[in-house]
Amino acid sequence: MRIRQKFDTKVAEGDMTAMIDMVFQLIIFFMVLINFSQDEQNEKIKLPASELARPADAPLKNAITINLDVNGTVYLGSTVVTVESIAPLLRTEIDLLKGDGKTAKDANIIIRAHQDTKGGLVQDLIKKCQELGFEQFALRAKEEDRRS
Amino acid sequence: MIDVIFLLLIFFVMTFKISSQEGDFNVRMPLSGGAGAADNLSVPIKLRLRANADGKISDIVVNNTTSFGTDFGKLRSFILELTGGVAPPTPEEGQEVEIDFDYDLGYSYVIQAITAITGQKQGDEVTRLVERIKFAPPRKPQP
Repeated sequence: MRIRQKFDTKVAEGDMTAMIDMVFQLIIFFMVLINFSQDEQNEKIKLPASELARPADAPLKNAITINLDVNGTVYLGSTVVTVESIAPLLRTEIDLLKGDGKTAKDANIIIRAHQDTKGGLVQDLIKKCQELGFEQFALRAKEEDRRS
Repeated sequence: MIDVIFLLLIFFVMTFKISSQEGDFNVRMPLSGGAGAADNLSVPIKLRLRANADGKISDIVVNNTTSFGTDFGKLRSFILELTGGVAPPTPEEGQEVEIDFDYDLGYSYVIQAITAITGQKQGDEVTRLVERIKFAPPRKPQP
């Protein structure tokens, strides 16, 4: 005589709806907050803090971002140079501006310098840019942490 | 589909980076004698920042006369008194400040000085005080 199983053999399946909803919300959260503009940032640069540092309402026009690390090394795009040897790179940028009918005066040089770098190096960098006709500079700082 | 969603989630979690907001201090500095200089006849305030051997701030002097020690708060009070706490009508107008600092002075002190003179934050309100800033020629250390 066969013994009949007393319990149901069907596999119990949990309701996945709530979990999928939550995962979708997480994806949306990260998609909204992801910041692709960090491409111009450099991990080696720790910006000085300022309580007045606020993101601009609109991005600067014709912006050229120059990163300057604590040792005085300059990062312009993917190129690594020194302050003294930055002129050829800037001339290339001027040629690109000319292609758009602009001049060096129309460009905004964004300087992202490390907080511990010598101020004189920033001055040297600005002077090199001035010699090529750049006039507008933006010294970038990070928003001061209110807890500190 | 759930596998793909999880992969997407992992991608976003891994690439997510919490970073502070960044802002700019705009400085318009044509080469000396350039045509781009603002048409303003007021004499710029000379702000001198001296550094010690470690590159830290040792003295803040205004117009070669008034010293504030290392207190940027006093410098802001001076600027507030000078401007009356009122923002210039346009960024091209108002008082100009020329910052002259030692070559070895840490850049963070330069930004602190610029912060002290460009504005004041009260709560979430920011009052702009001085918009026109320029740097004096660099003081290269003598060999």
